[in-house]
Amino acid sequence: MEISIFNYDFLIRSILAALFGSITAGIAGTYIVSRRLVFLSGGVTHASFGGIGMGYFLGVNPIVGAALFGMVSAMGIEYLSHKQNVKEDSAIGFLWAFGMAVGVIFIYITPGYTPNLMSYLFGSLLTIGGGDLAALMVLSLVMILFFALFYRTILYISYDEAYARTFSRHVTLFKYLLIVLVSLVIVLNIRIAGVVLVLSMLTIPPNFVMLFTKNFKKVMIWSVVAGFVGMTGGIAASWYLDIPTGATIIFVMVAGWVMARIIKGKTGSSRSRRDIKNKLYRKEVIYKDVK
Amino acid sequence: MQEHNWLLRLENISAGYNGDTVLSDVSLQISDNDFMGVIGPNGGGKTTLLKVMLGLLTPFYGEVIFNRELLTPYNIGYLPQMSEGDISFPVSVRDIVMSGLMQSRGAMARMKRADRERSATVMKDLGIWHLRNRCLSELSGGELQRVYLGRALIGSPRLLLLDEPGNFVDSSFEQGFYDMLKELNKKMAVVMVSHDVGTISAYVKSFACVNGKLHYHDSGRITNDQLKDYGCPIQLIAHGDIPHTVLQKHIDGDINI
Ligand SMILES: Nc1ncnc2c1ncn2[C@@H]1O[C@H](COP(=O)(O)OP(=O)(O)O)[C@@H](O)[C@H]1O
Ligand SMILES: [Mg+2]
Repeated sequence: MEISIFNYDFLIRSILAALFGSITAGIAGTYIVSRRLVFLSGGVTHASFGGIGMGYFLGVNPIVGAALFGMVSAMGIEYLSHKQNVKEDSAIGFLWAFGMAVGVIFIYITPGYTPNLMSYLFGSLLTIGGGDLAALMVLSLVMILFFALFYRTILYISYDEAYARTFSRHVTLFKYLLIVLVSLVIVLNIRIAGVVLVLSMLTIPPNFVMLFTKNFKKVMIWSVVAGFVGMTGGIAASWYLDIPTGATIIFVMVAGWVMARIIKGKTGSSRSRRDIKNKLYRKEVIYKDVK
Repeated sequence: MQEHNWLLRLENISAGYNGDTVLSDVSLQISDNDFMGVIGPNGGGKTTLLKVMLGLLTPFYGEVIFNRELLTPYNIGYLPQMSEGDISFPVSVRDIVMSGLMQSRGAMARMKRADRERSATVMKDLGIWHLRNRCLSELSGGELQRVYLGRALIGSPRLLLLDEPGNFVDSSFEQGFYDMLKELNKKMAVVMVSHDVGTISAYVKSFACVNGKLHYHDSGRITNDQLKDYGCPIQLIAHGDIPHTVLQKHIDGDINI
């Protein structure tokens, strides 16, 4: 393949998108998978499509509209979940469809052509600009800092919120901050994988890593690594095969997860292997004692 | 007689859920050397009482007053009856036990070497040291309960609230468990919800009977008639005076296999 200035520029942009995409999605993904907030995140993703439509209609950057819709709906769901008489999953399902409906209506009534609409639905690296990358970079730094500084608090709130309330008065504040960060991660990664596919960018890496480790911090770190490998692999494959990038990334990730599952299935779980090791160790000790 | 400081006072508390009152007009004071057994029928409001003390449930009416020099709402040791934690969460036993240290730290807490050493001591005391790197889905119910007990104890709280700790404690651990509580009671107040009035009456110094209302009984001995008077219809399994050491096994001799 000929290396032109266009190719070189595209290559740099792709690698940066993969880097920041995997950092943000890996950290946020570990949080939503561990806390079982995947359905909620799906609701936020699709609600944000309403903002994309509104962006088109008002002539502002659709991602700004999406961020607005995403954050408001995330906080709305979090708020409703405190009320005991609201069924959270119904509220999420409601927002999910409502956001899509609003988006479709806005796009329909927007006069003339709506450029790049497909790229918001299915993602496209070609349309990612310097501004998108800068936003993703800032969000990556915020995510790393926030999770590094407040690691223990986030871990314990995620594990058992009621118990966390016995030692911290900031549990509600943290829950809102976290869900807002998650919705920003989703919205900014829509540029890469699109509304339809972005959630898998968050959920597949942690599920892959959790086949090998059950430590929150390690799951987070290795999800970033696995996400980066999956994304660069997907970008490269989509480039050579000339197929859509977002879909290829997800395809590569799912393929990787399936392969890991099969390999894992053959060697047995880490638990049973450790049990065998423990037993061997115990035998050794008993043997020494008798001597 | 030595004067004892009060830690926590409930005054005319009414509390419940969704507007339904569970506890009505409850007043209670806990002093720093208390060892209180909380008894009462199922659904009587024992767990609710503990939640009010912890600030997990805001009462409809009344006040929870802390003696701030000795205790704040954020450094009470708590063993829940049922933990809301998700046992499939990717977290190790050690990290859960160490979460009990968060009470004295801010939101940016880090765990240091001394914290890990402290967690090792607690886990060894509770016989869960060998489980330290496991995640929670790999534990039995009794092991899990000990992990949560470790979480409640590790911060050396001034007040320890235990909600039906006997549920998962097997008989081989029971004796040692109550003896341990007795030892801990020299340093902290203990409030323990239990169904087993007979067993705990050998250890507790006072009783609170909770059945919508609360009746305080200023001694570790309680009779069926008194329970009836308090409106606390529960069965006495044995009388408090019976020494339970009879059942203690002696295994400290040399064993040669
Ligand atoms: N989260 C809740 N929502 C609504 N009602 C509750 C809740 N928790 C407890 N209750 C009700 O409050 C009453 C007292 O419960 P609880 O304090 O758990 O009793 P106990 O611990 O003495 O068995 C029960 O009737 C129970 O149904
Ligand atoms: Mg209870």
